[in-house]
Amino acid sequence: MKVDLVVALAGNANVGKSSIFNQLTGLGQIVGNWPGKTVEKAEGVLLHHGKHIKIIDLPGIYSLSTYSQEEIVSREYIALEHPDVVVNVVDATALERNLFFTLQLLEMGTPLVIALNLVDVAKKKGITINEEKLQKLLNAPVVPTIATKGIGVHEIVDAVIEQTTKRSSATKSTIRYGPEIETRIEKLERVLTGVNIGYPLRWTAIKLLEGDSEIVNKVGEKHSDVIVAANILAGEISQIHKEPCSTVIASERYAVAARIVKEVQTFKESEKSSMGERLESLSMHSVWGYALMFTIMLSILMFMSLFGGWLSETLRNLFESVNPHITGLWPDLAWNGGIVGFYATLSVALGFILPFYLILGVLEDSGYLPKIAYLMDRPCHTIGLHGKACIPLLLGFGCNVPACVGCRIMETKRDRLITVFLSTMVPCSARTVVILGLVGAYVGVQWAIALYVVDFMLIFVIGKILNRLLPGVSVGIIMEMPPYRLPSGKVVAKQAWNRFKPFLITALPLIIIGSIVVEAMRITNVLSLVSTGLSPVTVVWLGLPAFTGFLFIFGVIRKEAALVLLTTAAGTSDIRAVMSPVQMIVFALVIMIYVPCVATIAALIRETGWKNAALISLSEIGLAVLLGGIAFRLLSLFM
Amino acid sequence: MPKEHIEEYLEAIYDIAGREGTAKTTEIAERLKNAPASVTEVFQRMKQKGLVRYESHKGVSLTAKGYKAATKMKRKHRLLEVFLNKMLHLPHEKIHEQACKMEHVLTDETEIALCKTLKGPTECPHGSPIPPCDLEVKNCQECLSEQNVMLEKRDKDIIAITSLKLDEKAKIAFVRGGGGVMQRLCDLGLTNGTEVSLVRTAPLHGPIEICVRGCKLVIGRGIAEKIFVQKT
Repeated sequence: MKVDLVVALAGNANVGKSSIFNQLTGLGQIVGNWPGKTVEKAEGVLLHHGKHIKIIDLPGIYSLSTYSQEEIVSREYIALEHPDVVVNVVDATALERNLFFTLQLLEMGTPLVIALNLVDVAKKKGITINEEKLQKLLNAPVVPTIATKGIGVHEIVDAVIEQTTKRSSATKSTIRYGPEIETRIEKLERVLTGVNIGYPLRWTAIKLLEGDSEIVNKVGEKHSDVIVAANILAGEISQIHKEPCSTVIASERYAVAARIVKEVQTFKESEKSSMGERLESLSMHSVWGYALMFTIMLSILMFMSLFGGWLSETLRNLFESVNPHITGLWPDLAWNGGIVGFYATLSVALGFILPFYLILGVLEDSGYLPKIAYLMDRPCHTIGLHGKACIPLLLGFGCNVPACVGCRIMETKRDRLITVFLSTMVPCSARTVVILGLVGAYVGVQWAIALYVVDFMLIFVIGKILNRLLPGVSVGIIMEMPPYRLPSGKVVAKQAWNRFKPFLITALPLIIIGSIVVEAMRITNVLSLVSTGLSPVTVVWLGLPAFTGFLFIFGVIRKEAALVLLTTAAGTSDIRAVMSPVQMIVFALVIMIYVPCVATIAALIRETGWKNAALISLSEIGLAVLLGGIAFRLLSLFM
Repeated sequence: MPKEHIEEYLEAIYDIAGREGTAKTTEIAERLKNAPASVTEVFQRMKQKGLVRYESHKGVSLTAKGYKAATKMKRKHRLLEVFLNKMLHLPHEKIHEQACKMEHVLTDETEIALCKTLKGPTECPHGSPIPPCDLEVKNCQECLSEQNVMLEKRDKDIIAITSLKLDEKAKIAFVRGGGGVMQRLCDLGLTNGTEVSLVRTAPLHGPIEICVRGCKLVIGRGIAEKIFVQKT
């Protein structure tokens, strides 16, 4: 398809870029109220007045002097791919900090449209911004928007098109620094003529003075003399200001931003503390904050266990009440394989997975996740990480794949590797299905919770070990704390659906087919053959029925399948008849830790490489088998 | 009374009472292995010099002057510990005692030279923070890069942002630490002279939340302890 225009959305973290992207393209980028949701760029196409406009959603970025991996993605895209227009999404409630980045974009000479987002929230806070004045000062069109409601979104596109048609006539306004800096930028620009690394000249000069390691490396590869010159000039500047050159430049940019804000913004302080602020004090309190966090976590588990258990029981009774009870090869295949597989998957999907995604959506959209990062920062330090690691770990409860990718918000390679490893240990919704649907429903909720406790302890111990094995210390948390907001039902529902859809499309058919295959294998005795091969581990060491062997293999593809197929493989829909409580607990324990599913392994390879992915997978298999055997022997003593 | 003696007392009160707390006479006596009677006598003299507040039943606490002198001693002591451990490779268990003796004869000039040679360490080998120096610098890089310039002394006291009271406002004066973290703090608006306020702190040396340029930021304790501010 022919693309007429390429437009990139850029700006600070958590300002609404992905919301605008979703509004423009109709796609389902993950949105929510916490910084660091988007770690990869996403693309979509919009048809506007006959023009095909490619929209790029970029990860949040605070400064072109990048700090974490996802910021580099944004910088390289803006600087090297030359989108026709950059839509700089700006948070109207924090204009000064946001303009710091806008000024850097102007410095690069990027054609710009400013989307002044969250104007409604700003208004509530007593902040009004004079858009026309801002437009004049920045020499770029400013469009006020409320992204979550879609207000102003199409005006952005109109401004973009207008911007491209008159681009040639636009005079570029860049900020001027003090004369002592400007003369040195000019000097360096002269040295730089003839050196082309794809970035604009003035910008390259400024970045060299700032000592930006990426740019220094790129230029230094061929022109080490330029670096020497830059260092001398930067040294002169820091001599004058008694500060490193990079912070001098940052301070000057902030001074410009503050000046602009002073001119365009009026602020009326609202006296009373809002509901959100009181909630903030409570949820970040030294005692109540932790109490609230544990209560929330526990009630989610309890609710899901009870609701999911009730729903699967109801569905089973409903379907079994119409069971025609015809025996024979084909009816068996159709009923025990197809129908039982279908309703078991359905109860898993509607009882556990969908409710969890709805709850996760509410937590994300309200802005509670960063609070957890704050509360858990100190505990995370005991395993050599910092609080931000909690965010991918929490996402892991939904699915480990986005959790692994989300680990990119960790700043160092070491922190990333540890967090990725630990996030594959988090019981995802599929494992939750097995824990709650088997142990929670048939043995007791307290045992299901005990399994979670064991898992968290394991995460802690493995974290400790990895912290020892991998040298280095975590840099510590630096994170923006967004205010609470009322979650939007529409956004939560849409987000849950976007996460749930892949399950319906890929997992549901796969599990039903798997269910029919298992039934066929059971009838033809192939199942027992496979299971006998694995019986030294499953029967002798773990004390499980022989038919579970095959389930462990199938579970690598989809872990929730292990529960669904359990009924098929056992040849009965009542699991209690074929497995003792101890066996159920051991089975769930092993499923919980034994190996990441294929999708997660693929994500692991992508994020950490073959070697680490193999190491993580193998060590988890070893751990699961070891712990499963110990648990079997211990539990058998008193159950 | 010898100067060392008073300095040892200052350090003992600093360790037990900190900036604003009060130490009991018995606690100090136990720590310095002195008789309570002689301890009270020293307190009286220190009171005369304006270093402590002392009332016989309430105990002893540091005045602003005393606190400044005590942090200076702590700084010298911990710098010496780093020196003995990192440069002379003396074992951990021996450095404390040695530093205790050396700290009293260390001039301010030697202290600065020591700090530069050691590349501006932030903690002693036992993990306690080294208080910042009292020079007119905005960060350590500046001091480390300029070997010949003699820096002027700071005219106002600075404290770590973590020592602010809740909702107290102050201006950024000095950021210690590596280039990457410092640049990030700068990019998030924590440039020198910027007004900040402490919103809340997490228990057990957890992170802190600050308000800067209308935004709230969570900063880990390790980083926050290296951000110094001047009260407005």
